[in-house]
Amino acid sequence: MRKSLSLVLIAVLVVVALLGTVSCKSSNGGIQEVTYNLGTEPAAIDPAITTGIPEANIELQVFDGLTRIDDKNVPQPAIAESWTISEDLKTYVFKLRDAEWTDGTPVTADDFEYAWKRALSPDLASEYAYQLYYVKGGEAFNTSIKVDSKYYVQAVDAKGEPLTKKEGDKDVAVPDMTKEIDPSKDVGVKAVDAKTLQVDLESPTPYFLNLTAFPTLMPVCKAVVSANDKWAADITTYVTNGPFKLIEWSHNEKMVFEKNATYWDKDKVKLTKITYYMVEDESTALSMFQSGQLDASSTVPVAELPSLVTSGDAQILPYLGTYYYLVNVTKKPFSDVRVRKALLLAIDRKGIVTSITQGGQIPALAYVPYGLPDALPGSDFRKTSQEDFYKDNDIATAKALLAEAGYPDGKGFPSFTLLYNTSNAHKSIAEAIQQMWNKNLGISCTLKSEEWGVYMDDRTHLNYSVARAGWIGDYMDPNTFLDMWVTGGGNNDTGYSNKSYDALIAKSKTTADPAVRMTALHDAEKILMTDMPILPIYYYTNPVLLSKKIVNFFQSTLGFVDWKNASMQELPKGS
Amino acid sequence: MPRFILQRMLSMILVVLIVASGTFFMMRLLPSGPFAREKKLPAEILKNLEARYHLDDPLWKQYVDYMKNLLRGDLGPSFKYKNRTVNNIINDGFPVSAALGVVAVILAVVIGIPLGIWGALGQNGWQDRLVMFVALLGVSVPNFIMAVLLMFVFAMWLRVVPAAGWGSFRQIILPAFTLAGYPIAFLARLVRSSMLEVLRQEYITTARAKGLSERLVVFRHALRNILIPVVTVLGPLIAAVFTGSFVVEKIFAIPGLGRYYVTSINDRDYTTILGVTVFYSALLVFMNFLVDLTYAWLDPRIRYVEKKVS
Repeated sequence: MRKSLSLVLIAVLVVVALLGTVSCKSSNGGIQEVTYNLGTEPAAIDPAITTGIPEANIELQVFDGLTRIDDKNVPQPAIAESWTISEDLKTYVFKLRDAEWTDGTPVTADDFEYAWKRALSPDLASEYAYQLYYVKGGEAFNTSIKVDSKYYVQAVDAKGEPLTKKEGDKDVAVPDMTKEIDPSKDVGVKAVDAKTLQVDLESPTPYFLNLTAFPTLMPVCKAVVSANDKWAADITTYVTNGPFKLIEWSHNEKMVFEKNATYWDKDKVKLTKITYYMVEDESTALSMFQSGQLDASSTVPVAELPSLVTSGDAQILPYLGTYYYLVNVTKKPFSDVRVRKALLLAIDRKGIVTSITQGGQIPALAYVPYGLPDALPGSDFRKTSQEDFYKDNDIATAKALLAEAGYPDGKGFPSFTLLYNTSNAHKSIAEAIQQMWNKNLGISCTLKSEEWGVYMDDRTHLNYSVARAGWIGDYMDPNTFLDMWVTGGGNNDTGYSNKSYDALIAKSKTTADPAVRMTALHDAEKILMTDMPILPIYYYTNPVLLSKKIVNFFQSTLGFVDWKNASMQELPKGS
Repeated sequence: MPRFILQRMLSMILVVLIVASGTFFMMRLLPSGPFAREKKLPAEILKNLEARYHLDDPLWKQYVDYMKNLLRGDLGPSFKYKNRTVNNIINDGFPVSAALGVVAVILAVVIGIPLGIWGALGQNGWQDRLVMFVALLGVSVPNFIMAVLLMFVFAMWLRVVPAAGWGSFRQIILPAFTLAGYPIAFLARLVRSSMLEVLRQEYITTARAKGLSERLVVFRHALRNILIPVVTVLGPLIAAVFTGSFVVEKIFAIPGLGRYYVTSINDRDYTTILGVTVFYSALLVFMNFLVDLTYAWLDPRIRYVEKKVS
């Protein structure tokens, strides 16, 4: 009895070991297939309604817009072969090339017109509809009220406030029946013919050709989408026009893409198959990477990052984002700019990035991060004009400012709370800054961690003193960082208001002269850095796990991965 | 008996409806909503979204609509996964969690019960101490430590199974053992103590006095009597294990249902919170019902007698 049991056990072990060796054989570098960890299940794969980076990382493989961003973060012709821009920079005419949808029908200007109006229509309720507010009449259409099958502007009362009425227990917007919006005429995107698309903008938008490469502005196949509003729920009706096509989707597990044989630029596409896994746990993804189940991953455990960078298995890529603290300027003593500056200067950013975050982040001595274009071609907004606005860890000045504000050595400074959303990374940074303020300024604060929704709620309602925040750029222009701080701006969670700042932002939106525009934005940032409603800490980076087998991997500074030009190479034995 | 079943069915439906109602109103007390983003949405867009998902209706109306749909088996669209319904999410996730759960429960039963018996038979001896030590370990080591430990040893070091993922039987082994860790320990302790109690009963002494072998005494006379407490815990255990574990599914990248119990709340995905809660509570009351039915079969003293009304 006992003997037979051990025999069975040994047999089981042998079988398991054999199975193990079979599947663990290393993949051949000559095969053009890659596995990548997306990190999460996408919220959806319909480009008009998604907002996240993981979703974009799917959509950009299967769709091709008017333009496509190249490896220098510059837009290049894609479905648009060429374009002309009017003198006032408000009218773009795109000439489309011959391209096909995966169902064999041609990609036409009509598909673009339909896709953009669909994203803007109030019925679709796209969260990213505002990415199309640059198009003339886009915002008006998106905010209009539908009555039967027509759209109307919301009526206003004598004071110009939008009008609503009670209908049962519900507040309903009142339409102004004299002001109809007809999307076929009143929205500035028009298919002149099958291969010509005309776009009229609200105001000159220098980064518009960057936006046309953005997921929200991707075309969709009108014939398919208009007939089936569940088209993006099922891979059989997911008709696309990009370098790859989606052939398998197991929710929360994986997605498989294969090369699209009818893509107009298929000769440039080397990979024949891409598999995306949706592994949420960073350490698990690393284990899978080390055991050969993954070639790349969008996530890297922070603790392992330095050694992985040294071994060449991880890379730190630039990322357009700033990590900062918000200060509630409506609350005493933070309403005093000297107090805010004292807090700002008493932070040792270099210490934070070298010993806490450890992901190659750059100490932020201004607000707008590096990597955004200025007026002159090839110039960087951060490096043009003023690069730094203050010194890191400038304790002497900080102490002087705090004393000037009436709190010498922190005496009499009220205790306050430092708020962050629950995460170990935010906690470590908050603990370090708590200590720095205590040691350098003699003031004390308590830390408060809140679950995401509660934290957002407290931020929005200015129910905090100092709170952690971060901002990742939406498009390649400094405006994506600056226009949020205008008075009453939806993302201005500080109560900050400065009329000259608002005027400069407004000016930047109307001028057609790129130099004037950039000067206005630089001046705006200068005001922001004088009033200091925020305390910049560091500029983000984007660490990724990347096998040495992958060539030409591209991730834009917005965090978008594009596999179009990537390929796999065979590694010499022993490496 | 049929009348008993009918009564229980009705009370089960009532319990589920109460759970659904409680969850509905409690979750709406949470601050913030399903569309709170770090990049906040413009007010007009938020309005369009709320209209699309009927969040602009008065709360009582939303409640009535939800309950009506629930009774028809429609759990509504997910707010987070824009092209999916909560029914889709459960249909996709539950079979995965359940498949893993079956393996884990089998492991728990075939390891936990014999372990407990073995320990009881050598009460206070070395084997008993060993069983109690293993049980203590199983109860006190959290599953995320267990998961990482198993993954390190078997996937990274010995390389006999894949580190994570789903799709092949070999990928079930590690998560199933992780998931079974606590139930194994729990069952072993339970069986051990029940067995010790049963072995002190007079009928066991009688059986031994008759000259029956120890094996017959244990397996024929004692075992059946320890099954009642085992079945009692097995019901809720199966409900809990089959509906998935957040931690195990996250660490082993398993596309099950367990994640949604946590992520749906963080996302304020109202329909998904309600859907998975209702589903879990329905499964739980159903398992308890099965447990009650099993009692009657296991112990002739428990029978459902209909009261005669004179």
